[in-house]
Amino acid sequence: MAWIYGLTGLLVFQLLGEMSVRLLHLPVPGPVVGMLLLLGWLFWRGDTPPAMDQTAKGLLTHLSLLFVPAGVGAMVYAEELLTHAWAVALTLTVGTVLTLIVTAWVAQKTQRKPSARTRGAD
Amino acid sequence: MPESLPLAQLWVYLAATPLTGLTMTLVAYSGAVWLGQRFGSPAWLNPVLLSIVALVAFLQVTDLSYSDYFAGGQFIHFLLGPATVALAIPLYQQRAHLRELWRAITFGVGIGVIFGATSAILLAWFAGADWPMMMTLAPKSVTAPIAMGISEQIGGVPSLTAVLVVLTGVVGALIGPWLLRWMGCRDERLQGLAMGVAAHGIGTARAFQLSPLMGAFSGLAMALSGIATAWLLPWITYWAP
Repeated sequence: MAWIYGLTGLLVFQLLGEMSVRLLHLPVPGPVVGMLLLLGWLFWRGDTPPAMDQTAKGLLTHLSLLFVPAGVGAMVYAEELLTHAWAVALTLTVGTVLTLIVTAWVAQKTQRKPSARTRGAD
Repeated sequence: MPESLPLAQLWVYLAATPLTGLTMTLVAYSGAVWLGQRFGSPAWLNPVLLSIVALVAFLQVTDLSYSDYFAGGQFIHFLLGPATVALAIPLYQQRAHLRELWRAITFGVGIGVIFGATSAILLAWFAGADWPMMMTLAPKSVTAPIAMGISEQIGGVPSLTAVLVVLTGVVGALIGPWLLRWMGCRDERLQGLAMGVAAHGIGTARAFQLSPLMGAFSGLAMALSGIATAWLLPWITYWAP
């Protein structure tokens, strides 16, 4: 029964998110607003309901499964992808490598300064 | 051939029911995860990549169309929405780390997001892509449901964006941990941050395989960069020539 409560909670917040986006004309996808609303609710509540925690863990542990149906769509766009093969390959490889390096580098540079304690962990 | 007739009828049924696409997706994914675990989950045996290759091969052999497949696959695809909402939970549970590492998180995610989106647009432009393709590629590092929403808003092709998002995630999961060790980033929390910003959910899934701490931070970074990109990207493209 826990997963039904958990999923219901998540869907209610997603629906609230979608409704807010439509009513307030927000430039953000509905599930993102749903996430923020849930986050606010969790802070207000002070803890995570066990049912929601369990369902979220289940969904997030196998998050990569959820990308499979969209990924299979590559076959539909085979022609489009081949036409732009050079742009796609360059952006996906070089872009991803640079993003990884820049993010890690900036995080490292900004993390070290505040306290000497974290140095001991290196 | 009276005997082949029942089989042909069976196939007509199977091709029309969403059950086939749904079941084949789960079978392919379970098989891919099982295969990966047998070989110690090496990066190159990425379950998403393996499942996609297996399913495309299956559809080609059986001559089933993508829309027939997606009639079943959509049930799994739909869960991306609640999964995005669910990101609030690890985010809330990591709030102590948030407070401790707020500087690294704010600047790492903030600059990572702006750099990721800008570099995608510029690299695509450099390679001669047209404007819709540049906009389709721009949100590639963000988790699929958010990326599709952004893509639609800035004039890209949402379903092609979803494909590119998945491919980006696979690339990030394949090279990310290796690249980060190579550049001397040994703090698992910061490795997770970079994985989440560059390779969203697929990078996060890979990070969870390597360490729960890296996974939690990757999930955190994925959620934050999703929000940040949704706000920033329309603004970045607004100022583009």
